[in-house]
Amino acid sequence: MSLLSVHDLAVARGGLRTVEGVTFALKAGQALILRGPNGLGKTTLLRTVAGLQARVAGRIEMPDDAVAYAAHADGLKPALTASENLAFWARVFGGDGVDRALAAMDLAPLAHRPAAALSAGQKRRLGLARLMVTGRPLWVLDEPTVSLDAASVARFAQMLSGHMAQGGAALIATHIDLGLPQARVLDLTPYRARPGTRATRPSGFNEAFA
Amino acid sequence: MIALLLRDLRLATRAGGGFGLGVAFFLILSALVPFGVGPDRATLAPVAPGILWVGALLACLLSLDRLFALDHEDGSLDLLATAPLPLEGTVAIKALAHWITTGLPLVLAAPLFGVLLQLPGQAMPWLVVSLAVGTPALSMLGAFGAALTVGLRRGGLLLSLLVLPLYIPTLIFGAEITRRGAEGQATATPLLFLAGITLGVLALIPWAAAAALRVNLR
Repeated sequence: MSLLSVHDLAVARGGLRTVEGVTFALKAGQALILRGPNGLGKTTLLRTVAGLQARVAGRIEMPDDAVAYAAHADGLKPALTASENLAFWARVFGGDGVDRALAAMDLAPLAHRPAAALSAGQKRRLGLARLMVTGRPLWVLDEPTVSLDAASVARFAQMLSGHMAQGGAALIATHIDLGLPQARVLDLTPYRARPGTRATRPSGFNEAFA
Repeated sequence: MIALLLRDLRLATRAGGGFGLGVAFFLILSALVPFGVGPDRATLAPVAPGILWVGALLACLLSLDRLFALDHEDGSLDLLATAPLPLEGTVAIKALAHWITTGLPLVLAAPLFGVLLQLPGQAMPWLVVSLAVGTPALSMLGAFGAALTVGLRRGGLLLSLLVLPLYIPTLIFGAEITRRGAEGQATATPLLFLAGITLGVLALIPWAAAAALRVNLR
């Protein structure tokens, strides 16, 4: 089953195209790792796939309500405890399994601590545990391993493998080796939009303000 | 949607949530005005409806910039935008939570502050009715302003400038209801106008605010 297929996609940040002509497909049980230097447009591409940004050209095909997005900000409320934070997102997304998600990222002992009292790495683990309670098949992850230690990265890779074994898929932008041998790697550098060509100019009023 | 409402209410009542900020501001204003203009019934009573309404409006404005800014900073807004909840629903729920934590306490506390300002007793029910009908529009219009300025740092000034003109019709009719109530005149016309403004705002603003949020998110 195809969870995501992207054809000839071009995305823009601040009115200028960053990458263009990107084509890939993700089936259930697959993971795709995006690589490329800083500023190439990995985040923009992920936000476009997640539906937070309008695409400039190309097609994105996926089932409705398939994406769970995780970026640099974890979406945690400091005044709520770890389990309250997760329970909120579980209810919003209509998923469940808060305890299972806490256990998967080794957060069970911290469940009743306010998120404000967690360390950066613990917050990040909580933000990643949120993916599990959404019940969404396609995880779109932007630098998921920032501030994680080696053990947590391994635990996260385990969680990802489990997700894919259950028919999920993941699109990940990362600079480090996640330890996922089954994941394919797509280097975005060849897709960099060339400045000066017509295509890189804003094609209209709306795009200039995109 | 209920989950979002409960979360916002819970956040507002926990430490640093700002619950009661509006009422405290309202109290300060109502307590200070008699010192400023003198405690005479003859001077205070005519201006009391206007001052009470301006106070309620400013108290409402005070907590508006937090409405979406906090969710934007910690990334929750991105996640809510990708959630099954329509963004229009998110806006409406957040405005409702703002009204429950800011507008509703003002409505309930208003008679007490009316006494501080020598508002005649027969105007009290009208003050409460006008605030109950008018403050939902203040919260919803504020949500629109907050959605427009969500990506800006220190957007509070711009937010106030954008929202204050939109508040003026509500202020005029709300204060007019209370003034007429104090003088024993008929209040039906301004009350109907105020209700009409509120209903129009509640019906239209969620779409406008959601559109503004979508532009600001990308």
